[in-house]
Amino acid sequence: MERLVASLAQILALCRKEIIALLKDPANRVILAAPIMIQSMLFGYAATFDLKHVPYAVLDQSRSAASTAFLARLDGTGVFEREATLASPGQIAEVIEDGKVLLAISIPADFATRLAAGREAPLQVILDGRNSTTAGAAAGYVAAVTMAFNKARGAASPITVERRAWFNPNLDSRWQIMPAMIATLSMLQTLLLAALSIAREREQGTFDQLLVTPLTPLQILVGKAVPAIMVGVMQSTLVLLVVRFWFQIPMAGSPWLLYLGLLGFTGASVGIGMSISALSLNMQQAMLHTFLVIMPLTLLSGLLTPVRNMPDVLRIATYANPLRFGVDLVRRVYLEGAGLGDVVFDFLPMVAVAGVTLPLAAWLFRNRLA
Amino acid sequence: MIDAPPSVVIEGLRKTFSGPDGKPFDAVAGISLSIRPGTLTAFVGPDGAGKTTLMRMMAGLLRPDGGKLSVLGIDLLVDPQSVQNRISYMPQRFGLYEDLSVQENLDLYADLHGVPPAVRAERFSRLLAMTDLASFTQRPAGKLSGGMKQKLGLACTLVRVPDLLLLDEPSVGVDPLSRRDLWRIIEQLIEAEGLSVIASTAYMDEAQRCDQVFVLNRGALLAEGTPAALTARADGLTYVVTPDADVPARDLQARLIDAPGLVVDAVPSGGQVRFIRQPACDDARLKELLHGCDAQPREAELEDAFMLLLHEHEGPAREASVPPPLAAGRADGPIPGDDGAPVILVRDLVRRFGDFTAVANTSFDVRRGEIFGLLGPNGAGKTTTFRMLCGLLPASSGELRVAGVNLRTARAAARARIGYVAQKFSLYSNLTVRENLDFFGGAYGLRGKRRQDRVREIIRQFDLDPSAPSGNLPLGYKQRLAMAAGLLHEPEILFLDEPTSGIDPLARRAFWRTITALSQAGVTIVVTTHFMEEAEYCDRVAIQDAGRLLALGTPREVRARSGTAAGHMNEAFIAIVEQARAAEGHARVAA
Repeated sequence: MERLVASLAQILALCRKEIIALLKDPANRVILAAPIMIQSMLFGYAATFDLKHVPYAVLDQSRSAASTAFLARLDGTGVFEREATLASPGQIAEVIEDGKVLLAISIPADFATRLAAGREAPLQVILDGRNSTTAGAAAGYVAAVTMAFNKARGAASPITVERRAWFNPNLDSRWQIMPAMIATLSMLQTLLLAALSIAREREQGTFDQLLVTPLTPLQILVGKAVPAIMVGVMQSTLVLLVVRFWFQIPMAGSPWLLYLGLLGFTGASVGIGMSISALSLNMQQAMLHTFLVIMPLTLLSGLLTPVRNMPDVLRIATYANPLRFGVDLVRRVYLEGAGLGDVVFDFLPMVAVAGVTLPLAAWLFRNRLA
Repeated sequence: MIDAPPSVVIEGLRKTFSGPDGKPFDAVAGISLSIRPGTLTAFVGPDGAGKTTLMRMMAGLLRPDGGKLSVLGIDLLVDPQSVQNRISYMPQRFGLYEDLSVQENLDLYADLHGVPPAVRAERFSRLLAMTDLASFTQRPAGKLSGGMKQKLGLACTLVRVPDLLLLDEPSVGVDPLSRRDLWRIIEQLIEAEGLSVIASTAYMDEAQRCDQVFVLNRGALLAEGTPAALTARADGLTYVVTPDADVPARDLQARLIDAPGLVVDAVPSGGQVRFIRQPACDDARLKELLHGCDAQPREAELEDAFMLLLHEHEGPAREASVPPPLAAGRADGPIPGDDGAPVILVRDLVRRFGDFTAVANTSFDVRRGEIFGLLGPNGAGKTTTFRMLCGLLPASSGELRVAGVNLRTARAAARARIGYVAQKFSLYSNLTVRENLDFFGGAYGLRGKRRQDRVREIIRQFDLDPSAPSGNLPLGYKQRLAMAAGLLHEPEILFLDEPTSGIDPLARRAFWRTITALSQAGVTIVVTTHFMEEAEYCDRVAIQDAGRLLALGTPREVRARSGTAAGHMNEAFIAIVEQARAAEGHARVAA
């Protein structure tokens, strides 16, 4: 018991030193809070797949009441903004190539007569496919408007699809992205912080001084990991506050479970960071390696692209990616109100990553060939 | 020759930098001097004297903040390029391309300086012969030893024949043998090519070889003249005293250096103590101080004059010259826990890095309360040995016991009983003195009131300011803090890695005074150094070269073995290493 207390007191001394060193530097204090706030605002406002302003051009060769009614509906959505009214099909290429409009709607001359005759009246929509995501979304909108137009004319198709999106009733992509940011944004800084922690000491020569103390590698590991995890969870908290109270996205799940998940996730990130740090000879190397790791971690996280669409090899690789499960866990707890039983499979890979990388880092402290 | 214009004329030259605490300080504070052409000139002074700043200004690499500076008759402020076309400058760390071979480095510098291909072959073969590098032309520069790198740097500097050669501390970090070779090359050059050379150095034996010496300290010029003229300043003040048989020379030296009113400087040397008395010193009180030992006058040396000048300039109020008072208590009576067993036991220690053997079959003991010195040129294996002793590096094979604990099985337990002071200041710079000490106290397992008491005590002992940020401390205080952190847990053994490299002679005296006091208090000290004269402070020394232990014993025994009993430790060292290298050469030929 006495030995345990003594050992914990040694770890505490290291934790205290880490935190003092972190907060001592005024530049550090700013870095801990400012970037994460700015990034959450940026992602909240800028990173959205929802189309709010779609510039379009129209080539109305029908010039009929029917075509005018259709276009009025399109304009009435508030999403479509007519940028140009074209006189000939030749102009379509020009406006799309210049990027002036995202799509051009061509209404053929026989549009009204076909409608009046009760026949099929095709509309041509030409999309700028250079950004397939936006183009796809815009096409979907046009289809919806068309369907509504048909319905109003009493020509509804026999089957109508009633769409109900659970957990995100308006399918607002901000709801999809922002809770994921609670994990994603804090990871970048936690990883970097952990990666620099040992590399900095190596570079400044203080690591030898630390290694000649009776601290064991395990104690050094805990003493260095705990402050880094604390910083990571604190940063997640900042994002959580922005998501909940600034963007007012309602939280369905238990905060306790959310924090338990964040703890597991941050632990895994710190483990990766510390391993990078123990391998790096100096801060420059540590920084470079961190950026090398961050990119695939983000891409393979399922944050923006669904994991199930990836090739098998990559899909297997995602199991080593704590961000994949961190994002999944946070989204499910936050939006869906999932309980521990629902997300327990998210914990396993994260705990496994932490369980491998943290001891690896401790081993590397002493066994990395200098 | 008399009519030739001076090669360098400096008037009221000034350069100001901003210090670590943000306050400006004068690195060169209004120096005026002129240097005759065709001579070998030395700038000597401790670290921070302004030598490098002056060199860089003369090379046109740094713009002075005031004053006049002309080199080879050209105003450097007006036309630096035409000066640079005619001089060669070798900085402290010469920019060799480590991945290129010796030959490729030479070719590259010849290209950079536009040396015509016609003259290259002759020039290269001459330089390679001079530097003994002819058989290594294909070896990458990164794989050369420190001394060889420095010689290659000099060769690259000399690919063309300059009118003036500037060498900034060419021998820093170079072992005594290479240092001797380097100066032979420089002297050959002056003789054969008649160029002017200006070299800065911290070694007095190097300054002794020069035609003209300028003594600098803290940006000011203290004195100038021929070595003989400067040495004359110490005439009649220099003595040597032999202590009683049972008193270590360093104890007498400590007593002398503690009396600054009577003694300017004292160093142990060959079992005796060489000292400089104060000009106005009272004979009766000096006799009392010597405890009746007989002081014999000895011939003054340049070093004596240099120390005299430094002391005059620094004055008695100098910070580092007051040794920190140390806890008494352990000083009297038998050393606790002394059962006669060695406190460090090394048997057949080996360390390999790949197929390179850094330390080969090394065995030695260190006894309790001893000051034990590990000496050797760079790359000799002393740092590797040292790191294994501290538990920073695992041994490849062999037995290693520190403070009675096997370092290969119980490293953490052994580490609790040792203190370590690194070569470079390696505490946390952005933490205050107290925060650093609190942390290391905690890491060594001190808790609660005991830690508070120890921290308070050690702050008082070492006269530190607890709230000062450690990064901004002057060098001498940084070293005190490092020592304080290493002694916080009252270790049995204190390891010091090159503690005196980069600090000036006065601070070195103060540092050794602290070590002597610690040793008297019963702490075992293991120290590495490349200053051979510092071996005189040690009870026993081990000399290493190329991973092998060449000599082990008291400084007196080591000198006796080398056959240079009366000489300096430096000469003994050179003799031992040369004998060993020659013997190895024989063995290789025989095989």
